[in-house]
Amino acid sequence: MKNFKVLGSGCKKCATTADLITAKAADLGIAIEIEKVTDMGAIMGYGVMATPGVVLNEVVVHSGSVPTPKSIEDWIKS
Amino acid sequence: MFAIFTRLADWATYGVMGLAPNTRLGDAVHFFIEDVTKIFFLLTLVIFAIGLFRSMLTPERVRKVVAGRSRAVSYPMAVGLGAVTPFCSCSSVPLFIGFLEAGIPLGVTMAFLIASPMINEVAVVVLAAAVGWKVAVFYVAAGLTVGIVGGLMIEFFKLEKWVEDYVWKIRMGETVLQQGATTIKQRIDFAWGQVKEIVGRIWIYVLVGIGIGAALHGFVPQEFFLKYASADNLFAVPAAVLVGIPLYSNATGVIPIVEALMSKGVPIGTVLALMMSVAAISLPEMIILRKVLKPQLIATFTGILFVAFIGVGFLFNAFLT
Repeated sequence: MKNFKVLGSGCKKCATTADLITAKAADLGIAIEIEKVTDMGAIMGYGVMATPGVVLNEVVVHSGSVPTPKSIEDWIKS
Repeated sequence: MFAIFTRLADWATYGVMGLAPNTRLGDAVHFFIEDVTKIFFLLTLVIFAIGLFRSMLTPERVRKVVAGRSRAVSYPMAVGLGAVTPFCSCSSVPLFIGFLEAGIPLGVTMAFLIASPMINEVAVVVLAAAVGWKVAVFYVAAGLTVGIVGGLMIEFFKLEKWVEDYVWKIRMGETVLQQGATTIKQRIDFAWGQVKEIVGRIWIYVLVGIGIGAALHGFVPQEFFLKYASADNLFAVPAAVLVGIPLYSNATGVIPIVEALMSKGVPIGTVLALMMSVAAISLPEMIILRKVLKPQLIATFTGILFVAFIGVGFLFNAFLT
């Protein structure tokens, strides 16, 4: 099962990002794990300086903005 | 060049809505319609055009470029890149930590954070369209200077002790730099994405700014400003800066207010000092920075900016009016 982590210190865009991923996975009928990482040390540990960031199976795939529906779909299907 | 927006506003205000020219309401509505159409048109155009040509300029990249440079290079670089790198104020904290972790001095980091919200390429183009290139150029020059001076002061007073202790302990993982767009289609998609992202983030500030500008333009008589905000009144500049400090708006959102105030004869220094203090620092920004800075540093930082903006205001009022 794919594991998603949304990196962000609790800003609105980070919540939006997590919601979008959850909704898209439900749409596609694919089960995923998703968690929000809010601890600054942990976020920086992924080398991300601009939130929201998205980590897929421990690899940073996105940072600095709410991702597009297209990229979310690609991550879930990849 | 922008006469089309004036004509559009003429038609909508006096034609469609049937308001009379040179009345308070007529003037305010005309200002509102002209600015809404003009500013949102410009925003879309400029963000899209820049998005096409800009490869991904991200905070991670800036960190890599600035780290390890001498001060003579890193200060100008920090304010310059601060002005053109887009980042949301909610990323101030990771950005701050990331810079320090890379060994970038506190002063240089603060210079970046001061310049970044004050100046951006979109605001500069809209400012130039509203009040002319000369004012826009002065604004940019003053903003960059304030960024450098503010950073240097923080370095001079050795204020590292007022950074929260945990910040120094964080170790950053290897940064994966995202690849920029390569094909033309990718570039267009990226540019369009930028338009949606940035306009989606700032439209409310711009709309509120236009509303305030329109109200000032239509309903506040010129005599009011001549009486209270002329260059002779020594309290006008400090008062403008003081009002602007806690308020938050995107730099572009302040421009309609700048436009209205200047058309009422408020001197350029007073207006630009107001714009800087609204854009640069605000209560929400202080609360965000409190996560990494101790209250003493926030107070010092705000104090430095307060004095710097007043200096800019008086200097411009003395030499440009």
